[in-house]
Amino acid sequence: MKRAGFRTISLPMLLLLPQLVIIGIFFYWPAGWAIQSSFYLQDPFGFGSTYVGAENYTRLAGSSEYRKVAWFTLIYTALVTFLSLGIALLLAVKADKVIRGAKTYRTLLMWVYAVAPPVAGFLGLMFFDQNVGPITEFLAGLGWDFKLGVNSFDTATAMVMVAVWKQIPVNFIFFLSGLQSIPRSVREAAMIDNKSGTQRFWDITFPLLAPTAFFLLIINITYALFDTFGVVDTLIKGEPGNNPITLVYMVFRDGFRGGDLGGSSAQSVVLMVLVLILTIFQFRLLERRIHYT
Amino acid sequence: MTLKSILTTSAILGALTSPAWAQTEITFWHAMGGSLGETVNQMATDFNASQSDYVITPVFKGTYEETLTAGIAAFRAGEQPNIMQVFDAGAATVIAAQGAVVPVEELLTEYGSGFNSEDYISGVRNFYADTEGMMIGMPFNSSTPVMYYNQDALDAAGVPVPSTWEEFQEVTAPALKDAGFTALSASLLPWTMTENFYSRHNIQFATNENGYGDGTTEILIDQPEIRAHFTAMQGWVEDGYYEYFGAGWGDNQNPFEEGDVAMWLGSSGSFGGLLQTADFNFSSTFLPYWEGINAEPTQTFIGGAALFAMSGKSDEENAATAAFFEYLTSADVQYGWHRDTGYVPVTEAAYQLALDDGYYEEKPTAQVGVQQLQLPAGEWTRGYRMGFYVQVRDVMQREYGRILAGETTVEEAFQAIQAEADDLLDRFARTQG
Repeated sequence: MKRAGFRTISLPMLLLLPQLVIIGIFFYWPAGWAIQSSFYLQDPFGFGSTYVGAENYTRLAGSSEYRKVAWFTLIYTALVTFLSLGIALLLAVKADKVIRGAKTYRTLLMWVYAVAPPVAGFLGLMFFDQNVGPITEFLAGLGWDFKLGVNSFDTATAMVMVAVWKQIPVNFIFFLSGLQSIPRSVREAAMIDNKSGTQRFWDITFPLLAPTAFFLLIINITYALFDTFGVVDTLIKGEPGNNPITLVYMVFRDGFRGGDLGGSSAQSVVLMVLVLILTIFQFRLLERRIHYT
Repeated sequence: MTLKSILTTSAILGALTSPAWAQTEITFWHAMGGSLGETVNQMATDFNASQSDYVITPVFKGTYEETLTAGIAAFRAGEQPNIMQVFDAGAATVIAAQGAVVPVEELLTEYGSGFNSEDYISGVRNFYADTEGMMIGMPFNSSTPVMYYNQDALDAAGVPVPSTWEEFQEVTAPALKDAGFTALSASLLPWTMTENFYSRHNIQFATNENGYGDGTTEILIDQPEIRAHFTAMQGWVEDGYYEYFGAGWGDNQNPFEEGDVAMWLGSSGSFGGLLQTADFNFSSTFLPYWEGINAEPTQTFIGGAALFAMSGKSDEENAATAAFFEYLTSADVQYGWHRDTGYVPVTEAAYQLALDDGYYEEKPTAQVGVQQLQLPAGEWTRGYRMGFYVQVRDVMQREYGRILAGETTVEEAFQAIQAEADDLLDRFARTQG
């Protein structure tokens, strides 16, 4: 087979350049700075700085508060990912079966996709308001004295609910198109073999959806870890207090709000390593078991 | 005409004509939102109209924390504003960064008509001064925590406003509860129930002269008095006398404005806003104290924020900043600001003007903050100076929230604050190396 390719190195380099420059300026350069400043203690105004070696890292390892935030982030990410994927899959399977008015249903379900995270947070604030929030009132009717911003379990519940609500449409769109790309012939063949709809779903549909689900898993984990910042910030009204926060919010709180650039940089380097591990893990281990059609 | 000659001509014309109408423009970053922001804008407009040399542009940058963050980021990028408003908790960070700001004392001596610290009321002089007593920041919106009370609620309960926490706990709160009110809420607990708790009872808040001396400072937070206070507060929550509505300022003020809560610890600067929002008779009084801790309570210290002149600006711009500061502290402007907002007047002259004008006979509540600042002073009533204090306050807010939501014990909470605050103070000391 004849290999298509460039004859010289200069043209491909030229074509790659814009992308490389962007990655360099917006990723490698700041990442390099973060790594460097994580070994220093810096005056917020940038006058003095002291080299402290790995102290910013050892301090994190010994901090019970950091462990608490990390543990919360783990649970939060798992819940947001699982719930938004699970609910979206359920909705997509059901929407796939609807014949009359299908378009209206789908549009309504996708609608929320257009809402930005901070806006979703504000909507959450209104729904969960201590005095006039409809959800707070509904929960009070069930005997749950829901207190956003006071009780950290309640605040965490609101954070998970808003983040999941915001993410369902994205997953829904992908799952639905994934479902619709499963060949009709395969489904019909399965129908002859097995009468049980649930079993057909797990034996035929779900494995065929795996590539979509794998892709969404990555997207959702990064969403829960990083992109929910806006939801967290608005729901806690910018006041960390005793509210649960995620690791990314802690980087912001210590670095920007608190002015501790060294400590905050060390935290962001830890997150960077975490993402790296996650990526390697996903591609090495999961990718092998997924069959793309 | 060639392009070059056009450019040359216009450059010469520009150079010749511009000084005739060139006004020096300066920027002012502040954190005054809502009606306070409108007052600041009006103040700037009035200043611009009062003379023709300078034009000031106020820019609202969000909360106090956001304004400080924006100012620091801008300074590092060389884009700092001429004037930055910095709140009490952030003051140490700015004052420690020598070279970031032009001390107001220097600014006014060099570009203005001199500076005399005696012009300022006593509670204001020290808080924004360095170790030698030189004023670095210009006190602007100065406030102190006071207790607001709903007179109608107290009348319904048939009790007077309490002056001590003992009276609150034994008499006032039970009566208010019977009358159907939650007795108390409080905003910004690190300020109203901690920093000023220490000052009101004349207790040392930090080693190293409350942090004002040179050297490493350690906070004195894991102490029996404050632990006892929070243990009492925990009891008040259980008894339904006190309710904690969250870490946000407004979360705790709203229930008072809505008439659900009878008394609220807030800022003397909240007065102007309350006049517009509360539809019941209200007034304010001194921060209550524990008679059991100190039977002769002392004054509180200044809070709120100060204006800092950022360094790295031209002489013309510094002169403009000095002119604005002088305008701001002139007796008339201070008195107007005091009346519109409820913030205390920062100069003796402005306070005298308010007295002569009979303002306090008309609105006695407006005087409470100033009077509280002028109560007898003690060894530890000067305030505090601690770096990374924004983070220290966040740690306090976190642990207090946990205490009041029943998620931790008072002992564990104060141990945690002590340890984390000392770690932060130690780190801050080393950033200056």
